[in-house]
Amino acid sequence: MKRLVQAVGQNSLATVAGLGDFAAFTSRALIAARTARGLGDRWIRAVHEQGVRCIPVVTVVGLFSGLVLGLQGYYVLARFGSAGVLGTFVSLTLTRELAPVLAAIMIIGQAGSAIAAEIGIQRNSEQIDALTTMGIDPLGYLITPRLLASLIVFPILTVAFVLVGIAGGYLSGCVLLGLDAGVYWSGVHSAIRSEDARECLLKAFVFGVVTIAICCHSGFTTHRRVGVSGSRAVSVSTTRGVVLSCIATLAADYLITSFLV
Amino acid sequence: MTKEPPNPLVEVNRLRKHFGEHVVLASVSLAVARGSIVSVFGRGGSGKSVFLKCLTGILVPDGGEIRFETNLVNGIRGRCSYLFQGNALFDSLTALENVALPLEQTTRSSKRTIAKASREALKNLGLEEFANYFPTQLSGGMQKRLALARALVTRPELVLFDEPTAGLDPLARNAVFEMIVQYKQEFGFTTIIVTHDVPEALAASDRVALLEEGRICFEGTPTEFASSTDPVVRGFSDNISSLRTSLGRNSLE
Repeated sequence: MKRLVQAVGQNSLATVAGLGDFAAFTSRALIAARTARGLGDRWIRAVHEQGVRCIPVVTVVGLFSGLVLGLQGYYVLARFGSAGVLGTFVSLTLTRELAPVLAAIMIIGQAGSAIAAEIGIQRNSEQIDALTTMGIDPLGYLITPRLLASLIVFPILTVAFVLVGIAGGYLSGCVLLGLDAGVYWSGVHSAIRSEDARECLLKAFVFGVVTIAICCHSGFTTHRRVGVSGSRAVSVSTTRGVVLSCIATLAADYLITSFLV
Repeated sequence: MTKEPPNPLVEVNRLRKHFGEHVVLASVSLAVARGSIVSVFGRGGSGKSVFLKCLTGILVPDGGEIRFETNLVNGIRGRCSYLFQGNALFDSLTALENVALPLEQTTRSSKRTIAKASREALKNLGLEEFANYFPTQLSGGMQKRLALARALVTRPELVLFDEPTAGLDPLARNAVFEMIVQYKQEFGFTTIIVTHDVPEALAASDRVALLEEGRICFEGTPTEFASSTDPVVRGFSDNISSLRTSLGRNSLE
């Protein structure tokens, strides 16, 4: 019993210390934006890394999400004689929940994993130590541009997800199943209010900063992985970054929704 | 043992570092005179690299003090360059971008000035035509020279070399030490070299130190090291000598 209490206590303390370390890491990286040099070029590179390269996966997943929502929604709503509200159903589901969460998870899979692996390798090959010895702040050089890029990339890709998803709903609901297009688009138009758009963008901002910070932190602390080293430590850091980011996305989604609804 | 140099650039007193229960540096004291080359010898795992990392602040010492120009510092940064054992070059940047990086990030020079200084540094080390190559496209010796070009481009007062000849053939090893001496004379920086290559380091250094069991157990000139009767120094030298003999390369003389 004593051992169990000790183990729980040690794990709790380690978790609190880890959260504190993560908070300090993220805030120091954001504060470093004031002093980091050559930030513009690296920010553009980070926008390309997280944004441009993720456009295909986000739009494809958005399209299929819309197609599936259109199909499922049409048949369920038709049972109650309400197929006419399909546009409302698809647009609200995407805007409020699916688009921010699924776009974030897609970006984590495509860009977050790459970020964690790249920074982990830089840690392993002493490139981060080299920055320190050259008098360059590694957070300002490596992390700040990526965090700032996430602030613009996540909202834009989330909006793209919503638009492509609504088009997917139109394809399955109207083109395949024969719902009147005017009814569908009128439902879409009347359903989305400014509060819904604000909630969608707020979620995208929060998911962006939190998930990219987690992936960066995971790669940056590769040398602290216990029991593994070298390429195995990079692999563990990458997996850890992706898994924690996905969990954080869903947890943050619940918290934001519970406060806003 | 000989007396400490007057007005040292770097002075380390009773430096301690341990990892868990394992004490790596028990109490290291060393003074390095301005403009000199000091080589630190020691067996593998004796804490030579840890010592350099404590000097630069990459590792935080558990005790002791580091003075740079008599000022107490947490780590010598900005005014020193560190040549890592594995070179630590940025593999996603070209040779020119690697050399330009410290200037871009730590000075307010114009892009043109930085490009000119970086090309000059590459030219000095015979890498001008490889400016647009990535580090992985260069040989081991060229990577070492590129790392040296990056280290020297900011005109540092102190350059720390961590096993600069690791993994190089004998000819390349000699070339690296010749390069260090040549550039030290040209640019006037102070040098601390951590190495296993005793003969080459003895020829190139002004002073040498032997790190054993977490302490500096010998510090003096190369001649004093070679003629020392200290059993620890003799034991270390004899080990190196017999290893070379057994490898058919009895070039310690």
